[in-house]
Amino acid sequence: MSCFLVPVTEAVVSSMVTKAVQAKEKKRHNTAETGEMLIEEEKILPFSHKLKWLNSMLWGGSCLLAFEHIWHGELVPWFPFLTAAGSPDKVIEMLHEMSTVGVSMAALVTAVWAGMVAVTNVIEKRLKQIMQPDRGGVQ
Amino acid sequence: MTLLTAVFAAIITTVIWYFKDGRNHMKTGSLALMYWGASIMWFVDAVFGFAEKKTEYFIPSPAEMLNGFFLGMSVIALGLLIWLIMFLAVDSKGVIRQALHKTKKHL
Repeated sequence: MSCFLVPVTEAVVSSMVTKAVQAKEKKRHNTAETGEMLIEEEKILPFSHKLKWLNSMLWGGSCLLAFEHIWHGELVPWFPFLTAAGSPDKVIEMLHEMSTVGVSMAALVTAVWAGMVAVTNVIEKRLKQIMQPDRGGVQ
Repeated sequence: MTLLTAVFAAIITTVIWYFKDGRNHMKTGSLALMYWGASIMWFVDAVFGFAEKKTEYFIPSPAEMLNGFFLGMSVIALGLLIWLIMFLAVDSKGVIRQALHKTKKHL
């Protein structure tokens, strides 16, 4: 019915968080005192970049899902935009769907993203160890 | 059917990104993430559909299958359209900027 609204809401929030993190990273990059710190940071992907993966999945998925809702006539270009919003019975049904299907969608996308970030962190850690000769890495 | 179509699109795009566009210059990585996001969402939808209809969920009528396939193809086309706009907006090779610059010079 309108389950895609939950991932859309999460996408808005995560996009705002990405902007804030990006600004923080830029600030830290500019105020870095030693070059060593910058080199250290360049070896790993910035967190804002990883957040962009989540944004792509949420925005892209919601956009394509919204198209499906237009296809089925559940989303219309006139007020109140959602056909389910026309009657109180359907509103309850819509809210129930949002709280079950919608929340599950957002949660699973976030869980998959968290898995991607965890795998990337492990790879980055291994790369760091290989790059540091004093910790048994290559010279 | 829509879920299957989206999953196949996601797999193909991911393979293209891996072999041809590791640095994401052509934004195929973003397209792959978009299709994966949609696939995950339709998967959840399918799980809830299965919980409601049980095994009947796996026996759609030919008309439903055709509609699902047609929707899936339309979804892929929309995804590609969004990707094309994104790709041209980023203009990583500067082709559009160069063309605009040339036009300005001629004027």
